[in-house]
Order: sequence, then structure tokens, then C-alpha cells
Amino acid sequence: MLVVLAVVGTGVLVLPLVALLLATPWSDLPALVADPAVLQALRLSLLTAACTTLVALVLGVPLAWVLAHDDLRGAWLLRSLVTVPLVLPPVVGGVALLLLLGRRGLLGRSLDTWFGVTVPFTSAAVVLAQLFVSLPFLVLAVEGALRGADRRRALAAQTLGASPAYVLRRVTLPSVAPGVAAGAALCFTRALGEFGATVTFAGSFPGTTRTMPLAVYLALDTAPEQAVAMSVLLLLLSVAVLVALRGRWLGGLPAAHAARTTRVRA
Amino acid sequence: MAALGLVLVTALAGCAAAPSPAPHPGGEVGAGLDGTVVVLAAASLTDVVGEIAGQVERAHPGLTVRTAFGASSTLAAQVAAGAPADVLVTSSAETMGLATDAVGGSPVVVATNGLQLAVPAGNPGGVTSLADLADPGLTVALCAPEVPCGDLAVQVLARAGVTPAPDTYERDVRGVLARLRLDEADAGLVYRTDVVAGADAVEGIELPEAVQVVTEHLALASPTAPRPEAAAVVVAALLGPAGRRVLADAGFGLP
Repeated sequence: MLVVLAVVGTGVLVLPLVALLLATPWSDLPALVADPAVLQALRLSLLTAACTTLVALVLGVPLAWVLAHDDLRGAWLLRSLVTVPLVLPPVVGGVALLLLLGRRGLLGRSLDTWFGVTVPFTSAAVVLAQLFVSLPFLVLAVEGALRGADRRRALAAQTLGASPAYVLRRVTLPSVAPGVAAGAALCFTRALGEFGATVTFAGSFPGTTRTMPLAVYLALDTAPEQAVAMSVLLLLLSVAVLVALRGRWLGGLPAAHAARTTRVRA
Repeated sequence: MAALGLVLVTALAGCAAAPSPAPHPGGEVGAGLDGTVVVLAAASLTDVVGEIAGQVERAHPGLTVRTAFGASSTLAAQVAAGAPADVLVTSSAETMGLATDAVGGSPVVVATNGLQLAVPAGNPGGVTSLADLADPGLTVALCAPEVPCGDLAVQVLARAGVTPAPDTYERDVRGVLARLRLDEADAGLVYRTDVVAGADAVEGIELPEAVQVVTEHLALASPTAPRPEAAAVVVAALLGPAGRRVLADAGFGLP
């Protein structure tokens, strides 16, 4: 009984992708993917997702570090706030960003009148939309790694007179590097797949804001085989990240851990 | 086990809430207009067809008009595939062709539409003509050339000799309208009816007649209609004075 349900559950997740792979015109795939419009969307997607991941690392690691401190009052509130974008429909995130940074938005209005800067319809808007939906993935992954880390060495460093920033940079972060890498990879793939917030907040223009998911959605009506080709490309990219991630989890993590403990013993 | 499967299937079906073809209770031919008549119409006609359906129901108290709205191409494909529809209303002659190629019949033009230059209320960008769409300093929203309204925009702009500098290509005309209503774009090209639908938030600037491209909305009383006499009544209502008034109020042109 349970096994049957498990099989059905697996089918729900796997069968659509099987259908996608079966519908893929493999022989035409290179030509479809080499289309300048596809390459343009792919380049924009990789660039914006990479930017998003960098910004997420810079902002997210300190945020995770703060959250990992149990003595912090109101940490539960902060964690709830960080989790909200995770459960929010991305399109709602897009609307919210528009109301904050749009031309008539809370901050956007001032940006427009004082600096002549309008955020929507720019690649920066794409990064902001991606950041809104993918930053929580990184923060929660890094927080989990920080909590799982052995704090004794950090405490030891602290008693030897190291500043909190120094301890974080030289002791704590290196020990949770696999967790940070996993968080960054999750953040990157989530950014790569972002659709709702991007199309709502950033619009859709080739080379500036039309990322792969937006291009897939537009092509579905007019050039279905191209939409399928782009979907397969995104699937392969995501699976590649997953494989790299699993390499870390299965091989990298225990090996690195073992190496560290040996080094400490030596 | 089987019961559980049934529960799952029922739950999924409930989630999908797919409209199922309705039976025609009391639909004896020649017994007067009662029962149900099914009307499939383009999404752009949602409000007007809904209102005209109400008129038909008031005129024929025994008759229920069931309406379903969607993309013209999808609906035409459904009729071609044998969906039990009595009336089909599309937003272009091409999509109507998909249906008539399969089931035959002679569609009639019920309304026309065309693009208008649209700006947010108060016209913050100071837009006056199509040439302003080429101004890189203005934020311009257009439909993607791949979709019908974008295709129309390409034709209109080519006639006007304007190479636009858009900032975003929306997937449908409502996307362009939303950018204008939220004041995120200074100008865009939308249907005249969308400007009417945009009410106070959007202002329309009529295009010069020389560049305007007129689109036609066609209605077909399907030759394979389960209720041919009721289908004829619905099409007549679309063409009648009350129907024309509803269409004109929504900004449609009349044939």
C-alpha cells in the first residue's frame, strides 16, 4: 500500500520530465539551442543568476550567522521574515517589489525624482527579483550548517582573543564551506528558474530582462519545439548543479571532514 | 486500495474543476427555447458576451446560456475537435478559419477593434503620436511580436514608419495595460476596448486612419450545434440593437 503510493508519488515528479525528454527533438536540439535568441536568454540567465548568488553570499552569510545565534532575542521573528519569500508565490514578490521600487513605488518614486533612476525593465531588476526568491534558500542552508558546526574551535579562537569577524572568517566559515557551497548552488538554481517575480517586476525584453524561463513561456505559443529545447537545456543545467552538489554531499563532505579531523589530531 | 485511488482521482478532478459539457435538459427540438446553449468566446469578449448572454436569458426565461472564455485559437481547436458548442466567437478571421475548415458554416462579423496609443492618466511622458514610441527616454511597453496584439503593433508601426524603442514585450495585451495602469510605462499600444476597460487610469490617443489595422470579431452558429435554433438566437442577439449597444459601450467598432 505505502509502496504503491510512493510509486505514484515518484511518478508525479518524474513522469512530466520523462514526457519532456521524449518530446525533445534531439537531432534538432543543437540547432534550436544555437539560435541567437536562445543564446541571448541563456547568457542573461547565467549572468543574472551568478550576480544574484554573489550578492546572496555577501548578504546571506552574515544574516545566517546572526540567525544561528540562539542568544539573539527575536531570532524567531527574523527567521520567519526570512522564510516568508520561500512560501510566497513569486508573482506576489514581483508585485511587492514593484510597489517598493517601481516608478511610483515607496522608494522608487524618490529614486526617480532625485537620481533619475528607474529600476523596472533593467537587468538589475532581474537580479533583485531573483534575490528576493532565492536568498532564503542560501540563508537557511548556511544557518543549518552553522548550527551543525562544532562551536568549540570558534570558542577556543575567541578565548585566544580573536574578534567575532575574524572567528567567522578564519574558523567558522571554512568549517562550514560545504554547507555554504550547497546553499549557493541552491540559490543559483532557484535564481536560474525564477519566473513570476521577474516577469512582474522586470518585464521581458531580449538581452535585458528576458531570461530563459520567460523565453520558454513566450515560445510555448509560437515555437513549441524551441520551448521544449530551452526547457531541456534548463533541466540539464539544474541536474548538473544537483550532481555537483551530490558529489559534495556524498564524497566531498565526509572526506573533507575526515581530513580536518586528522589534521587537528596531528 | 481502489477506493483510495478513486479518492485521489476525485480530488484531482475537483482541483482541476474542468468544465464538462452540460447535458441539455428538456432540450426537445421544436419545444421552444429552453435548456442550455453553449457559447465559446474569445477572452477579449468576456464582459460583452457575458452581458449579451444575460440579455438572451432574460428574453428566453427557459434558456440557460453557458459561456466559456479562452484564447480564440484554443476554442476554435475545441470546436474543430467536436466539442459540443453551439456558438463560437473568435477575435480574428484566421482563428475562425480553424473551426470552419473542420465543421463548415458561415461566420458573421459582429464587431471590429483596432489599436490605440495608450498612456497613463495625465500622460506623464507627454506622448502625442506614434513617433514618441521611438523615444529611448520614454518607457514603452508593447505586446511581443509573437502574439496577436504584437503582430498588429508591428503592422501599425511599419505603416507609420516608426521603429519603436520598447522597454518590455508583454505576452498579452492585458500585460501592456497593467504597465500603463501602474504608471510604470509612459506609452503602449493596446486595443481600443482595453482603453475603455482601463477606465480612469488610462488615456487613449486615436491612431491616424492611414496606419490603423482593423481586426474583426466573428461569430459562428455551429452547423454541428446541439441546439441550432438557440445558437441562431445568440448570434442574432450579438447582431441586434441591444447587443450592438453593449459592444459599442465597450469600445468595439460595429460592422
